[in-house]
Amino acid sequence: MTDAAIGGDAGKITEIKGRSLWDDARRRLFANKAAVTAMILLGLLFLMAIVGPWLSPHGFNEQNYSYTSGAPTLSAPTGEGGTTFYLFGTDANGRDIFSRTWIGARVSLAIGFVATAVSLVIGVVYGATAGFIGGRVDNLMMRIVDILYSIPHMFIFIILLVVFGRSGGWPNLLMLFAVIGALEWLTMGRIVRGQTLSVKEKEFIEAAEAAGVSNWTMIRRHIVPNVLGPVVVYMTLTVPGVIMIESFLSFLGLGVQEPLTSWGRLISEGAQEMETAPWMLLFPVLFMAMTLFCFNFIGDGLRDALDPKDR
Amino acid sequence: MIVLGSFGAIGGKKGRNERMVWFMLRRLMAAIPTLFIVVFLSFMIMHAAPGGPFDGERQLPPEIEQNLLAKYDLDKPLMTQFYLYVEGIVTEFDFGPSFKREDFTVTELIGQSWHVSARIGLSALTIALFAGATLGCMAALNQNSWIDYFVMALAMTGITIPSFVIAPVLSLFFGVWLNLLPSAGWNGGSLSNMILPVTALSLGPLAVIARLTRGGMIEVLRSNFVRTARAKGLPEGLVIRRHALRAGLLPVVSYLGPAMAALMTGSLVIEKIFGLPGLGRYFVDGALQRDYTLVLGVVILYSTLIITLNFVVDVMYGVLDPRVRASQ
Repeated sequence: MTDAAIGGDAGKITEIKGRSLWDDARRRLFANKAAVTAMILLGLLFLMAIVGPWLSPHGFNEQNYSYTSGAPTLSAPTGEGGTTFYLFGTDANGRDIFSRTWIGARVSLAIGFVATAVSLVIGVVYGATAGFIGGRVDNLMMRIVDILYSIPHMFIFIILLVVFGRSGGWPNLLMLFAVIGALEWLTMGRIVRGQTLSVKEKEFIEAAEAAGVSNWTMIRRHIVPNVLGPVVVYMTLTVPGVIMIESFLSFLGLGVQEPLTSWGRLISEGAQEMETAPWMLLFPVLFMAMTLFCFNFIGDGLRDALDPKDR
Repeated sequence: MIVLGSFGAIGGKKGRNERMVWFMLRRLMAAIPTLFIVVFLSFMIMHAAPGGPFDGERQLPPEIEQNLLAKYDLDKPLMTQFYLYVEGIVTEFDFGPSFKREDFTVTELIGQSWHVSARIGLSALTIALFAGATLGCMAALNQNSWIDYFVMALAMTGITIPSFVIAPVLSLFFGVWLNLLPSAGWNGGSLSNMILPVTALSLGPLAVIARLTRGGMIEVLRSNFVRTARAKGLPEGLVIRRHALRAGLLPVVSYLGPAMAALMTGSLVIEKIFGLPGLGRYFVDGALQRDYTLVLGVVILYSTLIITLNFVVDVMYGVLDPRVRASQ
């Protein structure tokens, strides 16, 4: 990319058919087999989280007392004389593990994404502010982050959920989103601040400034794309982190409440019944582990793809 | 935390000691307010809880309620309550009475259970440190060999799969299907009962330590002082043991604080899964029953431990790393 191109007005730049950072990154990402496999698997998981519960004839809360703690089967008694199928078996209340697993996927993924979005907003605003203002304000803001870092987060989550959260249903879920997002932005804040600080000092910013690029174009075309790489990478790693926190809390009985369910809750129920009904544990564990692996591989792939040092 | 100073900046011995003391004081000045903030915030959140601790079960006559409130100091102004609470902890290690188990104080409940958590926690930490560092070194010394790939795959598994997934799977496999080890229970802390919980608890930190050691060692093995040591003609084993390991393990030292936090949170679920009578289980039960004083006591105890450990690690880092030492 030449300085002359940057120096011209923004309209001309788009006419030059160059290799942008994002084109390069996309090419590199799609060349990474592990990341592509992970993306395909994750896509399938998302699809199942959306349509999965409808593929089963049984609602996730529907009980069948003539087939409780039943193994996966194609011919289970319905209690009304007929037979039906349970691909993943049933739990102690005769509920279909198949639809429960995908409802759990829905809830776990939703919490993963929403809490990550909350942490993204807080982290980017906080980090960018500290980085742009710099000096004493920056120092103070980062010391606050240091202090928050040294607090064991899981215990704060638990305190907040004990006090406010255990009402069940949507208020409880919203509480979870807010509580997790509100404490998981620290690393994001640090990353954005560091990036902003270093990008602010780069020669190409100076060059663009000298060429008279407007503030808005500068932020949009030069600062944001350069800050975005590490942010996207860290976001991909925050989602599984949040899913893990949610499952941890739900496992303890503090997160998602009945009648809703999540992977953490299902694993918790499965762990209690694993001697008599191992399928209750097996399927949620399998899909949750798969999700976590996929996110990590995509995150690693993105990091490799977006790291300009590799070019 | 790592400030890269020039080696030339090392002054006289007296100046260095003075700097070390200042460094420790500065760290202490950061640690004490942090602890205070944690205690204050947890206390305030607990007291902001909707509904008092005696609501719900049955309507109490006002006089009795008044007596109860007085017994737990709840009739006093909030700041006075906070002061009394902190004073009780500092002077007598008294965390107040448990709200739900009326015959016990929180201190008694902690006293009954802490040794279980400490035993599995410290065992897991020891195993994670030794096994993690060994695996990491092996991977670094055989970079890009099958050993390296195996260790890194293991580390990836340990990092992505949470302990509450590993624990039931281990218990199912070794306890129920193979019937080799007890699948749950404490049994007075017998070795066979400890193997599964400690393994499940240590896997996460072990994976992180292996990754950190590998990264640290690979960087150190390329550095100038290791080249110097080799150029002097030292045997490779000595180069690694005496020169490389010390610097290569530094990232692991700074991970000790987070590792401890991970073990404490991990023990919450591990104790639940294996039915161990430890502090973590009291904490979770307390949280589910809204036993505010118990939850608050455990949080304060754990936070103090973690913040203290972070302080010790910071100071240790200053002693171990000549670069940090020089720049203070």
